[in-house]
Amino acid sequence: MPADHVERLRREGRIVIVGASLAGLRAAETLRAEGFAGELTLIGDEPYEPYDRPPLSKSVLLGKASPLHTELPHRWEVDAKWRLGVAAAGLDLTAGRVRLADGDEVEYDRLLIATGVRARPWPKEEEARLDGVCLLRTREDAADLYRRLRAGPRRVFVIGAGFAGSEVASACREMGIAVTVAERAGAPLVGALGGVIGAVAAGLQTENGVDLRTHVTVTSLEGDPVGRVRAVHLSDESVVEADVVVVSLGSLRNTEWLAGSGLGAGPRGIACDAGCRAFDFRGIVTDDVFVAGDVARSPHALFGYQFLSLEHWGNAVAQAETAAHNMICHGAERRPHLWMPAFWSSMFGVNIKSVGVPPMGEQLMITQGSLAERRFVGVYGHQGRMIAAVSFDNTRWLEFYQRQIERGAPFPVEFPTMDRRPEGLRPVAADFPDPSLPTHGPTVTLSGYSPADQQLVFHPARH
Amino acid sequence: MRLVVDLNKCQGYAQCAFLAPDVFAMHGEESLIYNPRADEEQRERLARAVAACPVQAITADGLDGSVGEPVTGSAGEASDAR
Ligand SMILES: Cc1cc2nc3c(=O)[nH]c(=O)nc-3n(C[C@H](O)[C@H](O)[C@H](O)COP(=O)(O)OP(=O)(O)OC[C@H]3O[C@@H](n4cnc5c(N)ncnc54)[C@H](O)[C@@H]3O)c2cc1C
Ligand code: SF4
Repeated sequence: MPADHVERLRREGRIVIVGASLAGLRAAETLRAEGFAGELTLIGDEPYEPYDRPPLSKSVLLGKASPLHTELPHRWEVDAKWRLGVAAAGLDLTAGRVRLADGDEVEYDRLLIATGVRARPWPKEEEARLDGVCLLRTREDAADLYRRLRAGPRRVFVIGAGFAGSEVASACREMGIAVTVAERAGAPLVGALGGVIGAVAAGLQTENGVDLRTHVTVTSLEGDPVGRVRAVHLSDESVVEADVVVVSLGSLRNTEWLAGSGLGAGPRGIACDAGCRAFDFRGIVTDDVFVAGDVARSPHALFGYQFLSLEHWGNAVAQAETAAHNMICHGAERRPHLWMPAFWSSMFGVNIKSVGVPPMGEQLMITQGSLAERRFVGVYGHQGRMIAAVSFDNTRWLEFYQRQIERGAPFPVEFPTMDRRPEGLRPVAADFPDPSLPTHGPTVTLSGYSPADQQLVFHPARH
Repeated sequence: MRLVVDLNKCQGYAQCAFLAPDVFAMHGEESLIYNPRADEEQRERLARAVAACPVQAITADGLDGSVGEPVTGSAGEASDAR
């Protein structure tokens, strides 16, 4: 009896969560809060209990928080077996077993995969190993970078002007450190918000004293005789001396451990249905393997049912809660994960927030405020519909636009708004780069319809 | 005490920074920065900030009715410390 099966699962089943970070913790809490009384195991390759990452590039670098203490508060008693500091190394779908790197095996009745992403390293390994070449994803990364910034480097070089890279540049300027930012596209944040908003971000950087280099790529990192990085070579033949280099080239999905498992997992993440159930490589939904957070790709009704990968804090929380709920209930009680994409960032004292999927927009209208003042709301349109909105220091309006997006409000925006300026009366091209060209840091990826996409190849700088 | 602010929800009302200035601060016009590990002596002020946030964006250990006691932070196998 299926009903009995679910009751038994809730009472004495075994649930394993791989990935003990934001999504993993919130899922564990939800399972307990919803009455799961069985055995719960959390497996995480980092030796720490779940901690929060967004502060690592903000409060931490600004000296407001310790890089070693951003642990997440617990919303609920989780009463779990924590296997920390050991990676999951393989999955046997048929036997319902996760293999660990230390040789152990853990059996499950239901599995949640929340292994997230990791920072994309500098592609040339020898250069990447130079002392002073940093990444920023983990708390160790943050502690290391913070220590180096505190030591007063002569110049920091940031490769890639996505959100993370721009936040690092902002922190450097606040600490009075000289910083150069190199970006392949024409402006910062272009992959996430398009060229029009990117130009605003560029102004923000240069006015705050960032040496911003656009339309360039880094060709090589040069070390000194004792293996410390000392200079960065660019495609325009310029050379910039720097003693800290922050590689901020986006991320790689942690799916390698699933190779050969039969799951629909690849470089773009793990495909799942709207109920967070993973697909196998044939596009058939599993019923006992669930996915949540940065590693997941799930179809979204508002965005044409394309698989959507979101590297957003709020998505990890919401998807984890939905996955956990669906793991322990009957089919009819399951909920779809139809979270409205949303994220925030802050840099140079400006609060940036977005809802919806900006890169899907072809056009943009500034419906409130003005670009020149760097205080505005921009609305993105796709095929006559409002698809996303971004705000710079105008967060209180965003919820209103979110409702508009949810109900598929028409674009161009017809209704009058407060603080509308002449420049916002007509839509302009949002100016996203050619989607077939890889960008280093889209925080949202529309990854097509194939549940087993193995095609994505990232091409590092062309030289 | 650990805390986290859901900055998607946060509207920058600065109520928290007013009530617990050692934990929360505004950075620019409306961005909030905060220390996710507040000193124990901030407990009362933090509790007030949690309660007063107009959008309920702040979650803190043991302040919002949750029963969280920190798990032991050691590597390897650990059970929730009770
Ligand atoms: C510096 C920084 C700033 C950010 N700022 C913002 C922001 O301002 N706004 C926003 O919306 N989002 C932001 N984010 C993104 C946000 O932190 C992520 O969306 C969120 O952490 C996703 O949670 P997750 O649990 O899915 O994945 P993760 O937090 O990546 O956790 C995955 C965990 O699984 C572990 N793992 C991986 N493989 C294995 C394995 N085989 N076995 C066991 N464990 C494994 C990983 O080590 C990691 O601990 C930021 C991220 C970073 C790094
Ligand atoms: S009180 Fe709430 S909304 Fe206001 S700044 Fe603090 S967290 Fe944000």
